[in-house]
Amino acid sequence: MSPTRHKTLTLKSKRFREERQDVWKEMEALLQRIEARSVRGLSDEELIKLPRLYRSTLSSLSVARSTSLDQSVVTYLESLSTRAYYVIYGSQQRLRDRVYSFFTRDWPLAVQSAWKDLAASSFIFALGMLIGFVLVTNNPDWFYSFMSADMASGRTPAASEDYLRSTIYGYDSDDGGLGLFAASLFSNNSGVAIFAFALGFAFALPTVVLLLYNGLSIGAFIAVFVSKGLGFEIGGWLSIHGTTELFAIALAGAGGCLIGRAVAFPGEMTRMESLRSKADQAAIILGGVVVMMLVAGLLEGFGRQLIDTDWVRYTVGGVMLTFWMLYFFLPRKAIEGKPS
Amino acid sequence: MSTAGALSADQVKGGRRHLVTPEGIDLQIELADVGSRIGAFAIDLIVMILILLMIIFGAGSISAYDGEVAVTILVLVAFLLRNFYFTLFEMGRRAATPGKMLMKIRVAARGKARLSATSVFARNALREIGFFLPIGFMFGIGQGGVDGWMSLLTSIWAGIFLMFPLFNRDRLRVGDLVAGTWVVKSPRPILAADLITNDTPEVEAAFAKFVFTPAQIDMYGIKELHVLEDVLRARDREVMSDVATRIRTKIGWVWEEGESNATFLRAYYTALRGRLESKMLMGVRRKDKFDRR
Repeated sequence: MSPTRHKTLTLKSKRFREERQDVWKEMEALLQRIEARSVRGLSDEELIKLPRLYRSTLSSLSVARSTSLDQSVVTYLESLSTRAYYVIYGSQQRLRDRVYSFFTRDWPLAVQSAWKDLAASSFIFALGMLIGFVLVTNNPDWFYSFMSADMASGRTPAASEDYLRSTIYGYDSDDGGLGLFAASLFSNNSGVAIFAFALGFAFALPTVVLLLYNGLSIGAFIAVFVSKGLGFEIGGWLSIHGTTELFAIALAGAGGCLIGRAVAFPGEMTRMESLRSKADQAAIILGGVVVMMLVAGLLEGFGRQLIDTDWVRYTVGGVMLTFWMLYFFLPRKAIEGKPS
Repeated sequence: MSTAGALSADQVKGGRRHLVTPEGIDLQIELADVGSRIGAFAIDLIVMILILLMIIFGAGSISAYDGEVAVTILVLVAFLLRNFYFTLFEMGRRAATPGKMLMKIRVAARGKARLSATSVFARNALREIGFFLPIGFMFGIGQGGVDGWMSLLTSIWAGIFLMFPLFNRDRLRVGDLVAGTWVVKSPRPILAADLITNDTPEVEAAFAKFVFTPAQIDMYGIKELHVLEDVLRARDREVMSDVATRIRTKIGWVWEEGESNATFLRAYYTALRGRLESKMLMGVRRKDKFDRR
């Protein structure tokens, strides 16, 4: 064989690159614009071009892999194709549409199909309240085992009727609406809700315990007021925001139960697959719980302080409860091909 | 550097994973390493803190009129940041928070599914449980302080969540595991110029005097070619002269007066790449110099 001459003109990988690189640059420029703004910023012409450029980039990649030893070209094409893949096969849904579909469909449907878990967690929660109530009514000493002095802040069985009455009526200017709203966002209850959900992984047992315990303290709290003849009044005070807040806690518990059941009884699937299959639904429910906590915070901060009349408080609480029930459980059409 | 086909055990260990598009091309994505994820998270935390500081400054001027409004705004912003910062950014087109964008990584669905909004929400809900709640506990937010045992337990709890990515093959956070996502690299390399140039007659003439025999070219394989490419792109004089000397010795090339190392290396690179690529067309990928094909 004769010595090989310098072969730049015949190097196929170089010619290949020269012929195709305009397409790659075009794809890159288009991707940059899509990532910076949106697919909607493209003209019709560019939209038609997009899949064509994508396919031709992919084919360049596979040609480059099998014919070119120019590392920089192959790495470049790999990253370009991957970026294009995520754009083409990624979700095209706008944030606004996502939020819209969350409220109109995803969230209520997720709650609807978890109705068994919701019933279970509400039952456990209510059971806790009942036990707490009965125990404290029969023996006020129980109160101190369910409530820390901090949480009770003077509202103990030893308090006078007048003092208790003063805690549930009247707008206290030092600790007014906004402040209470702010406090409630970081209150115990949002923590309880998230934990009730998170601890579901351990076969839902911690969720059950948490719901029971939280129920106990609410029951005990109510019992103190009832023993002083303030039963009707405390009902109003609690229900104005409580219907939303306690509902939210029950929902979070339902999310926990859902996950716990999936892990405990995976059926045909592996535990992990089973968990995966329920995780999205549980996440949607929890997302909703965050929203409900915000609403409850507003009701607690403003509604409860500004409205002093019992029956109005009951009405607001009742309306909220009815609203949530209708919102979640009115029949809804699932979009075809998209199981909730 | 990858080739189409199966990934070697080393590549899998290094974080390469198959991702076959519906068109049948294996994109071979790369998982983000734990370091860049920690970096991204740190950046995000700093961004969130900066936003809060700005609000505090802004609220400071309001609080002269109404302290309650100022506090409420602050708490509300903190609440929104904590709950939606990660979620909203990761639902975006780049599927990355500012920290992740800076570290050039992004969230993607494992397997072929699309990255759904609910997955993003789920993975970040667990961030809440694994990070923000324990931190809150330790600083006793809303709890009126905690005792030693409680903070020990919380530390262990948070520790499990934090260490989780180190102990599984796909570097998944607990949130990733549950949500069916993972974090991958999304580099944006620019297309560097081809090392083989023959634009001007002078360049052509300079290269023309290098004529290698097939035996001289066949000394190396693909791995060495790529090292040579890196050397040529880095353009470090010392390294180039070192490499050039080695190659000359190995292939028995006699250095002539006035022969520059850079030109020699480029010429050899061109010849070697031409040779190896034409072999590839015949279905032979010569891995490295020990591969006698």
